[in-house]
Amino acid sequence: MQATCVQYRLVIRDVNTLQILNLYTCLDQISHMEWSSDSLFILCAMYKRGLVQVWSLEQPDWHCKIDEGSIGLVSSRWSPDGRHILNTTEFHLRITVWSLCTKAVSYIKYPKACQKGLDFSRDGCYMALAERRDCKDYVSIFVCDDWHLLRHFETETQDLSGLEWSPNGCVLAVWESCLEYKMLLYSLDGRLLSTYSAYEWSLGIKSVSWSPSSQFLAIGSFDEKVRILNHITWKKIAQFEHPAIIDNTKATVYKEIEKRPAVSSDEMSLHDITVASSLFSTQSKYDISPLPVQIPVVKPDPDRANPKIGVSALAFSSDSRYIATKNDNMATAVWVWDMQKLRLEAVLEQTSTIRCFQWDPRRPRLALCTGNSKLYLWSPGGCVSVQVPAEGFQVHSLNWHCSGDSLILIGKDQLCLCYMDADQNNQ
Amino acid sequence: MNLFLTLKEVSSLGLCTIWTELDESSDLNVVTVLNCIYDLIQLHRRSLRTLENMEVEQLKSSSKLDYLQLSITRLKEQLEISKRENTGLLERERQLQQKVKSLQNCLKNEKEEMQKLQNMIASRATQYNHDMKRKERDLNKLKERLSQLLVDKKERKQAIDVLNYIGRADGKRSVWKTEKTEAKHEGEMYKTLLSDYDARQRDLVLENAELRRVLHQVKNDMVSLLHLKKRTQKGVQNERDGTQVANSEEEQEEEGFDPGKELFSVHASEKLTNSIRLQWRRLKSHVEQLDSQVSLAQVNAGKSSETTPPETHEEEVDKLKLEIQECKDLIQTQQHLLQHQLSSSCDEITSLRNDGYMLQEKERLRGEWKTLEGQRSIFERERKNFTEAAIRLSHERKAFEEDRATWLKHQFLSLSPCGDPKKPMLSNPTGASSTGVCVSLSSEACRR
Repeated sequence: MQATCVQYRLVIRDVNTLQILNLYTCLDQISHMEWSSDSLFILCAMYKRGLVQVWSLEQPDWHCKIDEGSIGLVSSRWSPDGRHILNTTEFHLRITVWSLCTKAVSYIKYPKACQKGLDFSRDGCYMALAERRDCKDYVSIFVCDDWHLLRHFETETQDLSGLEWSPNGCVLAVWESCLEYKMLLYSLDGRLLSTYSAYEWSLGIKSVSWSPSSQFLAIGSFDEKVRILNHITWKKIAQFEHPAIIDNTKATVYKEIEKRPAVSSDEMSLHDITVASSLFSTQSKYDISPLPVQIPVVKPDPDRANPKIGVSALAFSSDSRYIATKNDNMATAVWVWDMQKLRLEAVLEQTSTIRCFQWDPRRPRLALCTGNSKLYLWSPGGCVSVQVPAEGFQVHSLNWHCSGDSLILIGKDQLCLCYMDADQNNQ
Repeated sequence: MNLFLTLKEVSSLGLCTIWTELDESSDLNVVTVLNCIYDLIQLHRRSLRTLENMEVEQLKSSSKLDYLQLSITRLKEQLEISKRENTGLLERERQLQQKVKSLQNCLKNEKEEMQKLQNMIASRATQYNHDMKRKERDLNKLKERLSQLLVDKKERKQAIDVLNYIGRADGKRSVWKTEKTEAKHEGEMYKTLLSDYDARQRDLVLENAELRRVLHQVKNDMVSLLHLKKRTQKGVQNERDGTQVANSEEEQEEEGFDPGKELFSVHASEKLTNSIRLQWRRLKSHVEQLDSQVSLAQVNAGKSSETTPPETHEEEVDKLKLEIQECKDLIQTQQHLLQHQLSSSCDEITSLRNDGYMLQEKERLRGEWKTLEGQRSIFERERKNFTEAAIRLSHERKAFEEDRATWLKHQFLSLSPCGDPKKPMLSNPTGASSTGVCVSLSSEACRR
């Protein structure tokens, strides 16, 4: 099933036929929508009014409304068991845990307002929360079963910026804000396992990603490099650089070439006119560029904070075989690295800035979009550019279905489903 | 004669003649002779003087020469010294210039570093400022909110409004928080950690075992390779004789190595790595010897004594060719067998499959036939009914027509001679006939 929300209405459709199964109306414009883990409930959060409404798919008459009152609402999410909702109040004063099974309400004080202050372990057993008390950073680990505080420890950070569980749930990666490059690794029971710092003084960590096998931790930083730590010694085993001139590598560089089809005015038959939209939209294909290749670099403004430089997006494929990275000052290129050989595998150079890329949850296939009307796919066998056959559709972001058989392409005010055939891409 | 000569000489000297032939007396004029002598003496004195002068001059010039030579040597020495000094100074200047260059480089580097640090400081400063501004904005919002809340009389409380509470996702009932549950959570957490460590250790043990096995294989391969080389290398046998005994001893010792038993002993792994290192060194020396032999063979191409390497080479090539041929034959036979196997099994399977399909089809067709038969019988029945009904309908229509005809006849007959009693019949002819028809129809219906 697939849910879309438009303004204050929530529409549930069937993924295969796009037929509307259910329609719900909320009290205000929906700011955030989330499926519960068992796909039986959806929460719709309206931050302006401080309301959360929960709808049931099995019983459309069932309703639930959580009103945060004057304390305000800044974020709302499900707990992994799908029966509790965590609401963060305005100014991050506290987190309220509402239960849909019992009348119990829990409060968590002093949550930290940072980039990623809350993370659930993949098996849904534990929740790690960053807290800030008395100008010091702490991490609390809760058991999601009954919200029992398992561990509470101070971290060796000046200004904690994010935390993330490893997929096996045994290690918690905690990192500093970008003013200092510091990555701390804590074990599940709160012991500090290791600290990693690549360099001092310059802007530090920009993005972090665990490999699905928990063997590697990839850290992307502002110095345009990705460092891979291994899970046995927590030391760097590889460093991936993003130079502006690619040379001396066995990787393939795919460059997107746009070709405008020639419109001959004297041969405009009726068929041509009906297909006018595709005629005027540019077709594009990939060409393999011979080395050395120069990637266009955009120098960021030095006077602005959070400069557009450094590796801002990292993603491992589901088999941990590949990692895709994006360097912000080369925003039109996606770099794919092979983790087995620890070297560059492919570079995809697009004609415009990359907006979003995501790996197929089942196989090593990467889908990316750049805000135009095309969908791009890469796999170890090659890459392809697919035109979305809808007029004026600009792909702003995309999302794979968990089975890896279809993709949602989200445009400005439309969405499009792309179904993958066994060997071809069709819609 | 002598006199004549002296007179000639005197005259040549420019002295007055002392005697001429014109003189009568044969005696010499004493005065003139004295004058002459005086002149001569003068001359002599003059010459002596000049001689003295010249001697003096010569002394002077020789002394000057000496002096000049001395001064030359002195100046040459000075020149040497100054030249050396010059080269020394040039050297120093060069060194100083180098220093200057290196210092300039250092300065440049320092400047660059400083620039970098400045940039870093600048970016940090912008980041701090940005964060500061954000925090200030948050603070202002908080202040506003606080003042708003203080002013605002009605405080909307948090509340949840649920139609009915739903069960837990896993169907279990939620438990109270007690010490036991806390202990259980701790236990579960440690269990997770332990199982993760166990899994990791197991993976590492397996990897370790695999690597050990590989090392052992490599070592065995190297040993066998060295054996092979030994057999073919006849020219180097002398060198090997000494070490042959030792080799065979070592190999026997190594064959006793049991990878299964010795897996976990550090001593065994050390032994393994040492033996591998030894074998590798031997292999390296062997390869080096081979290389040198090959180079020798290339140098002495004409000599027949250097036929051992090409021979061995040819032998190897022949062996390889034989192996290739054998492998090809094997592959071909295997292919044939496989095809045969596939085809035969295919036939059986396909025939069975076909039989199965046939039966299925037959069953299905039978079923369909039955249903069709049933439907056909139903249709037949219905058709019969319809035909009966049609026949009846036609009978009835005929009856109706007859009735109508009789009625019309009556009417016609009544019209002409009959009077009033028939009139009411006229006013409602259709009604009567219709009732009459209805009656007949209803009677028909009853009869049916």
